[in-house]
Amino acid sequence: MNANGSLMHKLALQGVSRRSFLKYCATLATLMALPPTAGRAMAEALAQARRPSVIWLPFQECTGCTESITRSHSPSIESMIFDTISLDYQETLMAAAGHQAEEVLHKVVEENAGKFILIIDGSVATGLDGAYSCIAGRSNLDLLREVGPKAAAIVAVGSCAAYGGIPKAKPNPTGAVAISDIIRDKPIVNIPGCPPIPVVMTAVLAHFVTFGKLPELDRLGRPRAFYGETIHDRCYRRPFYDQGKFAKTFDDAGARQGWCLFELGCKGPVTYNACAHVKWNAQTSFPIESGHGCIGCSEPDFWDAGGFYKALSMPADPLKFVAGAAVAGAAVGVAVSIANRARKGAARAAHETATLADLEK
Amino acid sequence: MSASLEKGINVLKEVIDAPIASFFASCVHCGLCAEACLFYTESGDPKFTPIHKLEPLRRVYTQEYTLLGRLQKWLGLSKPLTDEELEEWRVLVYDSCTMCGRCSLVCPVGNDIVYMIRKLREGMAVSGHAPPGVIGATKRTVEIGSPMGVRWPAVAAQIKHIEAETGLTVPVDQEGAEYMILLSSMEIINFPEYLSAIAKIMKQAGKTWTLCSDAFEATNSGIQIGVSDIARVIVSRIVNGAERLKVKTVISPECGHAYMALRWEGPNLIGRPYNFDVLHILEVLDQFREQGLLKTEGFEETRLTFHDPCQIVRRGGVIEPQRNLLKMVAKDFVEMSDPGKYNWCCGGGGGVSANEDAEALRLVAFKRKKAQLEATGAKTLVTACANCRIVLEEGLEHYQMDMPVVGLTELLAEHLVETEKPAAQGG
Amino acid sequence: MNELQFLTWVRGPGLDIALSIFLLGVLWRLIEIYSLGRKPDLAVPRKRPGASGWHTILRRSVAPPGMVKRSPVSYIGGYIFHVGLAIIVFLFVPHIKLIEGLTGLSWPGLPSQVVDAVTIVTLAAMVVVLVDRINKPVKRYLSTFEDYFTWTLTFLPVLTGYLAVQHLFLPYTLMLALHILSAELLLVFLPFTKLFHAFTVFGSRWFNGDINAKKGVPV
Repeated sequence: MNANGSLMHKLALQGVSRRSFLKYCATLATLMALPPTAGRAMAEALAQARRPSVIWLPFQECTGCTESITRSHSPSIESMIFDTISLDYQETLMAAAGHQAEEVLHKVVEENAGKFILIIDGSVATGLDGAYSCIAGRSNLDLLREVGPKAAAIVAVGSCAAYGGIPKAKPNPTGAVAISDIIRDKPIVNIPGCPPIPVVMTAVLAHFVTFGKLPELDRLGRPRAFYGETIHDRCYRRPFYDQGKFAKTFDDAGARQGWCLFELGCKGPVTYNACAHVKWNAQTSFPIESGHGCIGCSEPDFWDAGGFYKALSMPADPLKFVAGAAVAGAAVGVAVSIANRARKGAARAAHETATLADLEK
Repeated sequence: MSASLEKGINVLKEVIDAPIASFFASCVHCGLCAEACLFYTESGDPKFTPIHKLEPLRRVYTQEYTLLGRLQKWLGLSKPLTDEELEEWRVLVYDSCTMCGRCSLVCPVGNDIVYMIRKLREGMAVSGHAPPGVIGATKRTVEIGSPMGVRWPAVAAQIKHIEAETGLTVPVDQEGAEYMILLSSMEIINFPEYLSAIAKIMKQAGKTWTLCSDAFEATNSGIQIGVSDIARVIVSRIVNGAERLKVKTVISPECGHAYMALRWEGPNLIGRPYNFDVLHILEVLDQFREQGLLKTEGFEETRLTFHDPCQIVRRGGVIEPQRNLLKMVAKDFVEMSDPGKYNWCCGGGGGVSANEDAEALRLVAFKRKKAQLEATGAKTLVTACANCRIVLEEGLEHYQMDMPVVGLTELLAEHLVETEKPAAQGG
Repeated sequence: MNELQFLTWVRGPGLDIALSIFLLGVLWRLIEIYSLGRKPDLAVPRKRPGASGWHTILRRSVAPPGMVKRSPVSYIGGYIFHVGLAIIVFLFVPHIKLIEGLTGLSWPGLPSQVVDAVTIVTLAAMVVVLVDRINKPVKRYLSTFEDYFTWTLTFLPVLTGYLAVQHLFLPYTLMLALHILSAELLLVFLPFTKLFHAFTVFGSRWFNGDINAKKGVPV
């Protein structure tokens, strides 16, 4: 059963017991809200799987997503790379550079056509034929059009790849778009977040390796397991919201007592992500726990959704027309009242003193 | 004759003001005014809902004085008012409304509905949609001097009769008298007791008073039909008479709308305040009582109840005097349900009693008063309005209820301490 | 347009437009109505009306004797949904935050569980009032399209607000956006429908109180 090159074999070589591997799979399965038996299935699949080829292409991005995935604790990125997947192209992590790296990329794509997983972080610049963002003299757009159709599935990592992200913020000078705006006939999973939670990225990869398909997705192409609930729903500060206890500033008594940050602009109520329960940095904490409201970084257009520090119920933009409208309203009112006065005056002038004769036709 | 829709709409345009605009803007169609209107409560017909009766006025208001309404009219989205509609509304504005003003007291948004009915009648009347009965009464008031066609000689004859009966003088056209007494034609024809009661009471109080031969009639059909120009002609007679005789106070008789017309509408009709006071007879009697000028003896033993005339009480503000006075002579006075300002109308005010078309409906509406009366267990009904009195008597008769209806002034007169009689008897 | 863009639009330009139309309409209508003026009353008042208009503004909030019995649904339902709306609009913390954002004024709110309960009661009262409008002959007779339209305009923000807070039917973001949009529609139509009684009720009650107080009748 333990074929050479299989995952279990390698794990054994590294001193990882079957027991602890099962535990790891069970954790992943739980995270993704799969049934308990799925943990065993996952373990079996991962144990037997030949490591699938993974290509990670960076487009208009900040490398934050890469930074994030390197902090994945369970599974760690090292264990993923060495044991679960064959990460064949990742500019930040790979040793190769220049022509050598490009050759590898094209070789892997050709050899694994239809089988490899394509991970992309960053949005696609479409302005000036994509000239805003190039690798090795080729635009991201061009590269995506070539590589994308050959992938088994695409994982759009981070809000940029998923929705366009910060590069797409108004006025979007580069014509940034999401991956799904370019590639329409491949299964794409969006893992939004700026950056996304590392465990979520690795869990999705594990799911694909195990079941050969992407996990269940929602309307926005996100894995339901991680994006099914809002931060607000799972936030440990929620009871304070319900009691109407709000921090008014970041350093007041309420803030020190851990009261709700809604009034300080927390976007938790409209943000679908797993931060509040999966947490970050080996389940250490998440932004709200560190005293800052959620900025909604995994939501489409969070970058243009009003100020981070404005409460959700407050106007997103300054009111521009209101003063003018008030003046206009008063002007209409005065104009009507002048016309009315004239009408009434005319009616009075037309009054003929009524007599008995006016009572009958 | 010269009534026309144009005249009607024109006069509506004249009378629409800020209160009316505010009232129409506030109406939420809650229908609570219907619950306050005896024509609805007793008939159950929703078309008698007070605010609905104002539909023609609302249409003119929105079409003439609101920008959106004018736009709608201009675009042909709202139809102009027609004679047919106004004719249809006659039943609602005249036959089924006594201008009792109860709806104005319950409207939760505060609409003074009766204020608007009064103004709508201005337009209804000059466009030729007033009921013939009320037109007739108005004509008689203007042409003969009284809605029932009573002329001075009839009054003079009655004076003679009273003087003979009581041995008191009834002063006529006496300049400088303190009080000028007005009568309603109902009193002249049906209740002559009123004048003799006044004579006795004034004698006891030691006050100077007079009748005015060219202004003896207090009622004002112009108010009921709703034509201010005609109401002005009628009220001017009283104003001129009072000013000619230089009286201090004009006393409105036991007639509801006469008091309202003279006291509250009159100055606005003639365009200036009076230089005399206007009091209702009940107010005068209550003042006499307070000053110790009204001495009574004996008590009525039977159970009495009092019908508050709308125009004197809710629309006139005379609420306590009648109660103070009744207590002087009645041992067993019981209040009806909803007494005082919340009283229910007899069903015949505001010109309804003069309107033959409304008779059947008026008797239906009387069921309210009937139920109220039955609940009191009273044997005698006292009131202070000759019109109410006639309407109550007719209603009681129709429903075969045996209950005498008495005017409060007469009731008091019956109990006056007579200072001269013992001497006369002794001699 | 995705959900967050929709929400951002209703929180931004949508709110700006709605508030502008609302303010324009309110000023226009108030001036249109009250500039019609009225003639001075020349009759000598029985007593100076003084603050009677103001008294009537308060007094009219209490049902006259016997009326609750005659129309219980109108009064009880009416009280509940008006008080409920006031509590929801002015004592739910996010709403206070909005008012603070617009005007700088702020006051303490109620715990959201309390507001939740009030919302349920308010919704129920509004449904009952609607049923009464359909069932009661007088109300049905008086009712026009506008009555049902304004009922819907008032009902929707309460309903969508509740669904949003409770995460029912639609994702919160979309429901919140719909909630804000429905509230904006309410603002837009308020000055031009019977909903304007929210403003003119004070003027109407004042006029009524003033007119009758001169005669000595506290109404």
